[in-house]
Amino acid sequence: MKPDEVDFVVEICRAAAGLKVDGDKVYLIESRLAPVARREGFASIREMLISARQRKEEKLLWSVVEAMAQGETCFFRGPEMFERLREEILPQLAVRRPTGAPIRIWSAGCASGQEAYSVAITVEDAGAGVLACGVDLMGSDLSERALEKAQSGLYTQFEIQRGLPIRHLARHFERRDEHWGLSPRLRAMVRWRRVNLNTELRGFADFDVILCRNVLANMTSEARERALGQLVQALAPGGYLIMGADEPSIEMPGGLTALEGGLHRLGQARVAA
Amino acid sequence: MRTCLVVDDSRVIRKVARRIIEDMGFEVAEAGDGLEALAWCRASMPDAILLDWNMPAMNGIDFLRQLRRERGGEAPTVVFCTVENDLDHIREALNCGAAEYIMKPFDSDIMQSKFTQARLL
Repeated sequence: MKPDEVDFVVEICRAAAGLKVDGDKVYLIESRLAPVARREGFASIREMLISARQRKEEKLLWSVVEAMAQGETCFFRGPEMFERLREEILPQLAVRRPTGAPIRIWSAGCASGQEAYSVAITVEDAGAGVLACGVDLMGSDLSERALEKAQSGLYTQFEIQRGLPIRHLARHFERRDEHWGLSPRLRAMVRWRRVNLNTELRGFADFDVILCRNVLANMTSEARERALGQLVQALAPGGYLIMGADEPSIEMPGGLTALEGGLHRLGQARVAA
Repeated sequence: MRTCLVVDDSRVIRKVARRIIEDMGFEVAEAGDGLEALAWCRASMPDAILLDWNMPAMNGIDFLRQLRRERGGEAPTVVFCTVENDLDHIREALNCGAAEYIMKPFDSDIMQSKFTQARLL
């Protein structure tokens, strides 16, 4: 790739999704974009970028951005956090709950859905109290392709063996030809939505738990600050924001208390009437 | 140092698995079938066993059943590692006391993930 092509990719990623792409890591950009060029029927990355630039094809531009945004994911990534959700956070949320108000959870930047489904499995294991009050679980991502895969609930044998305990596989999955498919019941627990954290979010409020792990670290500082502000706005009083345990420290907005392992909690700001 | 017995009739698989498991901090011994594995266990019970299913002389599941009847045989953490990838095999393995189950082909990521879930790491 030539420097101007690299600059173009860096710029569209920043503008569209607030993504921070390191222009020095040309090999990384190439390894992400080569499959996209092939899939879209171009002979090279260069040809694809020329086409994207000249014809300003929205769809093609997004394919480039989505490919650069793609992160690593697996089931039960950071297993301690899921243990804590199951043993402590979810049961606590269930106790102080008015009847008829489900626990609201958002997996933001869910990629191909492993995190959201890991939460669904965790909810099932969290006991009768949590199940009784009901859970509203949403997974969101920038990428339509990722969301389609997430919604299908189908995973390769390789994916299914990363992070997912075999007992969960035996209980919740079935073989479907070359893939493993999640049970319809668990799939139905999650609703999916395309969300670009770099745009203004409307109507996202009262989430008790938001997981946004290893997403903000890949954004420019400006986009990150904005996204983080919006995530905090979307939290219910006393709600939890869960970031990656090993993410580089990010300056958190006021009102959030950092607990350990990437866990943050918003103050109980609601004033009694 | 903790010990892991790698039981597989393929020398190549044993070699690959050995390298990964040694990197995870185990001392590794090898056996080519269930009978050989049983002899190893009677001499010195390992902490972990990576176990193939289809092998000559004695297969993996028969070995596991026999192992659990041996003195001290309830102790080792057993992780299956086999091409058998249907739920019937997986459930049978779990019912016989396997802690985890790897479907071949595997890589070091999968091995590490499974050893972690089996609380070996």
